[in-house]
Amino acid sequence: MTRRQFWVLITKQIDRPFLLGISLLMLTSLITLYSADNANWGKPSSQMLNILVAMSAMWVVANLPLHYLMRTAVPIYMLGMVLLIGVALFGEISHGARRWLNLGVATIQPSELMKIGVPLMMAWYFEKHEATLTLKNYVIAALLLILPVLLIARQPDLGTALLISASGFYVLFLAGLSWRIMAVMGVAALASAPVLWSMMHDYQRHRIMMLFDPSQDALGKGYHTIQGMIAVGSGGIIGKGYLNGTQTHLDFLPERTTDFIFAVYSEEFGLIGNLILLTMYCFVIWRGFVITGNASTYFTRLMAGSITLTFATYTFVNMGMVSGILPVVGVPLPLISYGGTSMLTLLLGFGMLMSIETHKKLVKT
Amino acid sequence: MKKPVEFKNHQREIFHFRLRLVVSMIFVLALLALLILRLLYLQGIRHSYYQTLAESNRISVVPIVPNRGLILDRNGVELARNYSGYTLEINLNKVKNLEATIDELSSVIEIAPRDRKRFKKLVAESHNFETLVIRSKLTDEEIARFAAQQYRFPGVEINARLFRDYPMSDKAAHLVGYIGRINETDLDQLEADDTLANYRGSDYMGKTGLEKSYESELHGTTGMEQVEVDSAGRAVRMLSRTPPVSGNTIVLSIDAKLQEIAEEAFGDYRGALVAIDPNNGEVLAFISKPGYDPSLFIDGIDSDSWDELNNSPDHPLNNRALRGQYPSGSTIKPFMALAGLNYNIRTPTHTISDPGFYTLSGSSHRYRDWKKDGHGTVDLFKSIVVSCDTYYYGLAVELGIDNIFEFLSRFGFGKKTGIDLEGEASGLLPSQEWKLKRFKQKWFTGDTVSVGIGQGYSLVTPMQLAYATATLANNGVAHTPHLVKEIRSAQAKDNRVIANQPLADLKINPEHLDLVKRAMAAVTQPGGTAVAASAGAEYHIAGKTGTAQVVGMKQGEKYDASKISERNRDHAWFIAFAPAEQPKIALVVLAENGGHGGGTAAPIARKVFDYYLLGKVPKPLVTADVKEEPEHD
Repeated sequence: MTRRQFWVLITKQIDRPFLLGISLLMLTSLITLYSADNANWGKPSSQMLNILVAMSAMWVVANLPLHYLMRTAVPIYMLGMVLLIGVALFGEISHGARRWLNLGVATIQPSELMKIGVPLMMAWYFEKHEATLTLKNYVIAALLLILPVLLIARQPDLGTALLISASGFYVLFLAGLSWRIMAVMGVAALASAPVLWSMMHDYQRHRIMMLFDPSQDALGKGYHTIQGMIAVGSGGIIGKGYLNGTQTHLDFLPERTTDFIFAVYSEEFGLIGNLILLTMYCFVIWRGFVITGNASTYFTRLMAGSITLTFATYTFVNMGMVSGILPVVGVPLPLISYGGTSMLTLLLGFGMLMSIETHKKLVKT
Repeated sequence: MKKPVEFKNHQREIFHFRLRLVVSMIFVLALLALLILRLLYLQGIRHSYYQTLAESNRISVVPIVPNRGLILDRNGVELARNYSGYTLEINLNKVKNLEATIDELSSVIEIAPRDRKRFKKLVAESHNFETLVIRSKLTDEEIARFAAQQYRFPGVEINARLFRDYPMSDKAAHLVGYIGRINETDLDQLEADDTLANYRGSDYMGKTGLEKSYESELHGTTGMEQVEVDSAGRAVRMLSRTPPVSGNTIVLSIDAKLQEIAEEAFGDYRGALVAIDPNNGEVLAFISKPGYDPSLFIDGIDSDSWDELNNSPDHPLNNRALRGQYPSGSTIKPFMALAGLNYNIRTPTHTISDPGFYTLSGSSHRYRDWKKDGHGTVDLFKSIVVSCDTYYYGLAVELGIDNIFEFLSRFGFGKKTGIDLEGEASGLLPSQEWKLKRFKQKWFTGDTVSVGIGQGYSLVTPMQLAYATATLANNGVAHTPHLVKEIRSAQAKDNRVIANQPLADLKINPEHLDLVKRAMAAVTQPGGTAVAASAGAEYHIAGKTGTAQVVGMKQGEKYDASKISERNRDHAWFIAFAPAEQPKIALVVLAENGGHGGGTAAPIARKVFDYYLLGKVPKPLVTADVKEEPEHD
């Protein structure tokens, strides 16, 4: 086997445009993390490791034929549910929320697993009943979504619950849920808002209240939002320059390597940098849509669409939160924020997208 | 899916799916548009607003307090100075149990109960949490002892600070005054004066005396350092520095040695002394006895010391020279004599016959002379030398209150002299208008009689009397008295010398002045009322004695000092200038409950003259041992 043949073997299941897009974003992540970590190599180098691990996982998934992917749906979902129930019963409490499960060897956050597990299971279910879809099937699919979401919302982890709801909803939407039912659901959701409000924890309500007026509690709950907005706004058109963000380097920005990394980037690179960043995201999302449009089976269409839309949603929610149009819900900026788990989850999803794109011909025949 | 399947199911499905995909894309584009609009708003439209917020986030302005200006006497002797010393301070933010901490501290460093009380008061008064001084002036040994134990006391620290020190202590307290901690009232005042910004970081300001009157000169200009701070408020680096400008040094016309001699000349007497150079209005000595230790007030006085000072029957906090208001007694007579000459009521040769009392026509009331049998034939010269009351009763009545008011006003009676010291009282020069306003009564001729000898309604401050005496000594050319001669700036480039321009020429007839001054010179000669003042002097002293009644006496009652409790005895006055021919110094002495001006007040004046004119320092300061001449006024 020549070197060239080996290279082809390695990369044949990898979608090159998609890889280019996410690589640019991950490079941006390393550059921004170096600044966010006060010009230290600590965070960027461990992020590098996160990226390598996640890339490997992506490569493996990208090489899996689609029927293997489908076969993983039920076990992943069941495992996720068992773990979520485990968390509810024996989870570790940290920062007032029960999200982690100590398995002895490692502490895991099962809700992360469900970010893939839920849409996977729903897409699998629709594929199974593709020929005879009735309203009943939509109801069952919705239940597959609602159960884990309720468990996660109880932890409480409202951000993740909402985002998983979104990814599940995208599956329902793409699976052809009738517009009328969606309208009814929309009305019902509005009507149930007060009920939801009453079920929320104080800190969640606080966060939502802060959205409307962060200055109410400038040193408490509103601090994150205000400092984030100051960082973004003070960046201006061209930014303060790399490593020159005062909000970042004088420690005014909280969580600046994770949820608020967009503020770091915005402060230093300004509006122009933001437009470049958004262009990179749009490119990745566009490629996701192309892959979705080309997908050959019902399952792969639903899965690819959900992954792409969820990615877009995460991006929007994080940037919206940092720039003060959404409440602070604790969502990292995909591919940029520091963190191994979210990187892994994302790249597993992208591995599936690649597999869907590169294996479609095999299925079609 | 409800319609019957007509087309190929798969293609229809793909079509529907792609339709939904397009809807999804539109949804994503909508989110994107929303985000871009938000970023345009934050980074474009509102950029400068957030820029400002980011700047104020990171930049902190730290004030640098300027050194306070010094107060020097005319020869450069320090009356108020700064010295650096070490203080033990407690940061209220970091100490939880204050009592326990202080208890424990006192095992390492001595903390007197009065320090403790003072500290408690400071804590109660401090509006924001800050670091407060519990002990100052630590010795090297105390610093070493605390340093070894410091780990036991988080939040307790030793700091080097500049302290204010008053070397003359109580001898110049009423003159120099003191600084004290800035309180709420001061803050309001500073804000009203629009000078609050200059007091950022300042803990002290002048509270009384020259420290207060010249606060704007002494304080200096606060500098500042712009530093970049992190979110915890720690300074990361300095961005810019504006150095502070030290306060100006004020140089007084006061002679510290003279001040000291004069103060000690009082012995145990309470009272006041103001000495002025009549040629230019410079105040040479300014004494109010007893004084107090001004340094007690700097860091807040403890309640024990305060009670002691405030409740003392000697009223040491009362500035007698500036605010004490007393009947002038006979010291008014030279001025009354000038008034009589001025209005042609009396001529130098006009004589009266003094039977020992005066009666108004149509009344049997006897206004008694201090000498029971009277002085016989008295002309104007003699009336001053022997201090004849009867002469002045008649003169006052003939002058009338309107003329008296007009003439004495010229010499500054009833008005503030305008000395550059805060809190001056204006005394009282009665007039018809005043009485109508004050008592809703018209002026009676009987009211005028006692005004002639400086009793009745009229009140003067020692300061006023000194000013009038200086004006008289300077032949009617008045100078506003002032304590500050020169203001020296720290940069020495814009030093200012206070101009000695005459305030006004009263245009008194030189012949009248000559006569009155000669009479005053005779007062200190044999036959006069203040012989003791000039015994053996190498120069001539012109003066006039006076007594101010503390308690009134009934008609026919005889004043007997031995029978009256000390505090009810008359106050003794002496106004004088020397040398009589060419005055270089004019002064007023008030000895409270001193009895006769000639006996107690004049010897004090003599010591001041001796030092000022001859440089003679009194030998071990013994209280004047002059035999009291009977019934001298």
